[in-house]
Amino acid sequence: MSSDIRHEISQSRPSIGEAGATGDWRNEFPFVVAETCVAVKQGKITCQICWAHCPDACIAQGMPPTIDLTYCKGCGICAEVCPHHAIGMRPEAEHGVCAIEEGDAR
Amino acid sequence: MTTRVITGNEAAAIAAKLARVQVIAAYPITPQSPVVETLSAWVESGELPAEFVTVESEHSALTVCITASTVGARVFTATSANGLAYMNEQVWWAAGARLPIVMCIANRAMAAPWNVLNDQQDSMSERDAGWVQLYCRDNQEILDTTVQAYRIAERLNVPVMVCYDGFLLSHTVMPVDVPSAEQIDAFLPPRTDPLQLVDANDPRNIGPVTLADPRTDADGVARPGYMEFRALHHGALLEALEVIPEVDAEYASAVGRACGGLTWEYQLGDADVGLVAAGSLTTQLTLAVESLRAEGVRVGVLGIRAYRPFPAAELRSRLAGKRLAVVFDKALSYGYEGPIAADLKAALHSAEKPPVVFGCICGLGGRDVSPKDLAGAARRAIADADAGVRERKPDWINVRPEGGAR
Amino acid sequence: MTRITELPTTEYVLPGNRACAGCGIGIALRAITKALDGKMVMTVPASCLTVLGGMYPTSSVNVPWINVAFPSTAAAAAGAAAGLRAMGKADDMTVLAMAGDGGTGDIGIQALSGAAERNDDFIYLCYDNEAYMNTGTQRSGLTPHGARTTTTWAGKRENPKDLPRIMEAHNIPYVASTSAAYPTDVYDKVLKARDIRGLRYIHMNTPCPSGWSFDPKDTVRLGKLAVDCGIVVLYEVEGGVFHLTGRSAALAKAGKPLTPVAEYVATQGRFKSMTAESIAEVQSWVDERWTGYLERERTGK
Repeated sequence: MSSDIRHEISQSRPSIGEAGATGDWRNEFPFVVAETCVAVKQGKITCQICWAHCPDACIAQGMPPTIDLTYCKGCGICAEVCPHHAIGMRPEAEHGVCAIEEGDAR
Repeated sequence: MTTRVITGNEAAAIAAKLARVQVIAAYPITPQSPVVETLSAWVESGELPAEFVTVESEHSALTVCITASTVGARVFTATSANGLAYMNEQVWWAAGARLPIVMCIANRAMAAPWNVLNDQQDSMSERDAGWVQLYCRDNQEILDTTVQAYRIAERLNVPVMVCYDGFLLSHTVMPVDVPSAEQIDAFLPPRTDPLQLVDANDPRNIGPVTLADPRTDADGVARPGYMEFRALHHGALLEALEVIPEVDAEYASAVGRACGGLTWEYQLGDADVGLVAAGSLTTQLTLAVESLRAEGVRVGVLGIRAYRPFPAAELRSRLAGKRLAVVFDKALSYGYEGPIAADLKAALHSAEKPPVVFGCICGLGGRDVSPKDLAGAARRAIADADAGVRERKPDWINVRPEGGAR
Repeated sequence: MTRITELPTTEYVLPGNRACAGCGIGIALRAITKALDGKMVMTVPASCLTVLGGMYPTSSVNVPWINVAFPSTAAAAAGAAAGLRAMGKADDMTVLAMAGDGGTGDIGIQALSGAAERNDDFIYLCYDNEAYMNTGTQRSGLTPHGARTTTTWAGKRENPKDLPRIMEAHNIPYVASTSAAYPTDVYDKVLKARDIRGLRYIHMNTPCPSGWSFDPKDTVRLGKLAVDCGIVVLYEVEGGVFHLTGRSAALAKAGKPLTPVAEYVATQGRFKSMTAESIAEVQSWVDERWTGYLERERTGK
């Protein structure tokens, strides 16, 4: 690839947060109720349905899975697909901040 | 080097083969078809080790060239008239993406109504798309220019159209010196260092939405906006004003023959009238010059090889001190005049004592135009200039009175 | 069938991208890129996917990606495949053309048909969100009957064209229908397609919260409901042999009636002007198709 500025072209490098901290988009934020999560109950990486269905790769696998609220857009799919109802949604306005830690949410 | 009696289309195909193109996109249209037919036979016989993609349209022909070039291959295609118009979206894409694609255009009239014969409306209509446009005056130039086009394209990262007159050159045989593969290999090494990076270990998103203004990247470095990229692209076309003659000179030392760089002239030095054109018309104009000179009129030919970038400074210098330039266009900007005439007037605007510029429209849809016709038009232009006319409508050569603008 | 916990954990779709909340494309693209292990180059026309991919100078996807003109996705993939072959790099990466329903079935169908007839070597994946969503929800040839769009205010009168069947008629080695609501189904089909040579076509129903007018939380639920209603049928045609897959195969095996279309229609704002008659029309269209699929499942043809 040429380093000559005269021949620079429009091609992007990958990075998270291309659209900024998309957590700002949320009306509601998801929270995980660890004791209800089947992965926690079984003490192993099982289920992870929320992880697989997150459109934004904002959930990391775990016991329980963890949600990156800096970028989570608050779509609520994770809460909807969780077969054990271990994820809930709460209005963002309750807290007045977006980038809230999930532990604080409970 | 061997001398062969071949058509312009064969010369183009031989040049693509000598350039060792790796991907060829093929779609038929008269009068270009024999180019890809010839290449097809060589690919099938194994004589030319290239990927040959028989696309379903011209739009796809240029698309295949765009992405094959993006992943690093040397590519080739050819088209004419409506095929070029159908590609139009991709003509812009190829240039904006800064891809060194070479495409031959066997110049043909635009429909409607249908007409398969020659004029230059098709490629002239793409002059603003950001390609280098080179026009050939004979079959030798088709071969030499097509090979040179790869050097120009790959040095500047811009696509190049090699334009030659349909039928008049594409289907007419004439002797052509064919360089050896060794000569061309020495002149044109394999393509290296594409600007585009297609690597799963270091991925790029190529040609994304690009805003007007610069934006910072993830490292906080400001990157160009759309308009900066357009300025850089324009800069590359302007740089071609130097690169085209340089490449021609390099070709001359490798092969022993030059094309003349940006422009070309015949008996212009002592002339006080310049006859200006692009393509095979310039060869015909040399015959018109013979007869006019026999009458004692001091005329010469100024042939335009590079139409984009437009060699304004060189044209100004070659026409310095002339009293008249008569431009013969095989294309028209409807409602105005011929494109070369209009561009030349603009180029001469800053000249000291610029020559009067008169335009002529000729050869549309294959209308025959002989050296005698060209000499006649030159005589009319000289008479008008002698009568003190400074501005006049284009002279439509050989158009019947009821249909003519004159 | 791959289980969710067996999916690779490497992510190629990056958080903080520009796609709408709840976009089905994001779910699917994660599974697609995992199936190809990032060893791929995408050709992408102007579409919602372009928005997801992000604006210069930052990309939201950690795989090579070439933006291409709207009608040219398939020809662009053909060119990339030819170029990689010519460069001796064809084994390094899978070429994936990915376009929406308009980019595939309307403006892109000529290039796609040409590439399929030549059996060019790439995967073509159509994410069908059933209208021109990126430009503001105009109807496409794949918009369903009854759907209100910004060019069919009273609801579209025609049924969508059956694009996978059109692709089947090209006798390509692999045709599949999947849904973004089933990421493992998407994953398995792309994984299978990866190892087949020639043109592999995957049609993927992709729920769109903004264009279909539903709450973003319901993307997966509605995608699955479409399958339960028989509106979307999951299947594969491999070497000319047809078989239902996943949930559709289970529904066929169970032999119970499908969920009524009316239940699906009631979930989305785009169908709110549909009359009982037009819902019945769609129901009979769906029933007829489902009967056809069951017959194909029985015969394998």
